[in-house]
Amino acid sequence: MEVQKTALYNIHKNLGAKFVPFAGYEMPIQYKDGIVKEHISTRTYAGFFDVSHMGQFFLEGDETLSEALEKIIPADLKSLKINHSKYSFLLNNNGGIIDDLIVTKTEKGFSIILNAACKENDIKQILKFLGNNHKHLLNNDLSLIALQGPKSVEILEKLIPGVSNLKFMTGNNFDFDNDNLYITRSGYTGEDGFEISISNQKVEKLINFLILNEVKPIGLGARDTLRLEAGLCLYGHELNEKINPIEANLKWAIAKKRKDIGGFNGWDKIKNLLTTGSEKIRVGIKPEGKVIARENTKIFSTDDNEIGLVTSGTFGPSVNAPVAMGYVKSNFAKVGTPIKLEVRGKKYGGKVSELPFYKKSYVK
Amino acid sequence: MSEKKFSKKHEWVSLEGDVATVGITKHATELLGDIVFAEVPDAGKSVEKEGQAAVVESTKAASDVYSPISGEITEGNKTIVDDPSSINKDPEGASWFFKLKIKDKGEFDSLMSKEEYEKFCKDNPN
Repeated sequence: MEVQKTALYNIHKNLGAKFVPFAGYEMPIQYKDGIVKEHISTRTYAGFFDVSHMGQFFLEGDETLSEALEKIIPADLKSLKINHSKYSFLLNNNGGIIDDLIVTKTEKGFSIILNAACKENDIKQILKFLGNNHKHLLNNDLSLIALQGPKSVEILEKLIPGVSNLKFMTGNNFDFDNDNLYITRSGYTGEDGFEISISNQKVEKLINFLILNEVKPIGLGARDTLRLEAGLCLYGHELNEKINPIEANLKWAIAKKRKDIGGFNGWDKIKNLLTTGSEKIRVGIKPEGKVIARENTKIFSTDDNEIGLVTSGTFGPSVNAPVAMGYVKSNFAKVGTPIKLEVRGKKYGGKVSELPFYKKSYVK
Repeated sequence: MSEKKFSKKHEWVSLEGDVATVGITKHATELLGDIVFAEVPDAGKSVEKEGQAAVVESTKAASDVYSPISGEITEGNKTIVDDPSSINKDPEGASWFFKLKIKDKGEFDSLMSKEEYEKFCKDNPN
């Protein structure tokens, strides 16, 4: 398959991006400033992220649409209000996570933001449950820009009056340059911010405005350090088809009503795990000192029994220390439990930590 | 102190008597990005030419640092272990990685000159 580029490719290039192949796209991993500066400027001011590689999937239909989607998504879609969003997932028959996603109720149905690497398969899986009266579209004519950081609201309000009224995990339509934008107050960095769905023709104009307001471009590198500090999962690392939401410590994302009544893929298994607990569970990990426990680092108990594996690990610029997430046997999951981490053949101390590592500041 | 010599793995070496000082080049730090971890060898450890001797990690990934020259380590630079970001600031000066007592000066002489290294980087941009 040919490598794809987002509508902003040339802008990234001009901004000094270093590109890496990611999920079939050429994406910026960092710009001139580098990961640490990009991370800090997002936390202290604002940064923009081109996330146009993600799938923007639109569904239309009558009330049977929510019912159909609820077979594969364990959110309470029937009760979801228009312009409200939920973090959820697509589940397989065994309760394993096919993808994690943000679903928003729209006037005509739903929009779903899917991970780039998963989007084609996701759509196949979703279509299995749809009826002939349900319309669907993966819209490649739209870009998706995340604007994140404490100054995001002040800056975006200047360009698009009214966005400051949005609450966390809600969205709305806005006018911009004779075009319609859909903006949600959301993101994946642990900061206040927005995700802006905008036509490929207008996206450059939006970006130029952000740059004029000193908003820095942020690459995938800092996106990863930001989401990890915020304790958020990354598909393909914390999540995959063999991990279920209970193990992933995401049971909060299954609607209460759905936990009780079920009716979605893998419910039998999940219902069981809700009472018994899972054998392993996702936790935060703080290595001692400066050692970085990267993905696939083995985790041991203090008496040297192997108890788990790291799924993401890096240096957290705002925490100013290494941070990691991983899976451990559930009896080692209590915050503060001392563990050992095997890095380059040597065992280093560490502790199970609270998540997030960095305190969020969402506007509720 | 002698002129600096350079390896294809982006280390530099300078020589004073039979003690060599080894670090990573500015070019290497630019490829790595923000450095957040460093591990240096203890005094007394023997290293072989092109053998793994130290570790450097950026926000992106971990990389091995090789010794461009054989010998016995006399000192690891603890300053860079305590403040890994100092490597980005002065990679070819204060932020050296380790010093070693060399066995064979011929190994030093066979490394690249500054001009040769600059050409090598141009021809091998990654």
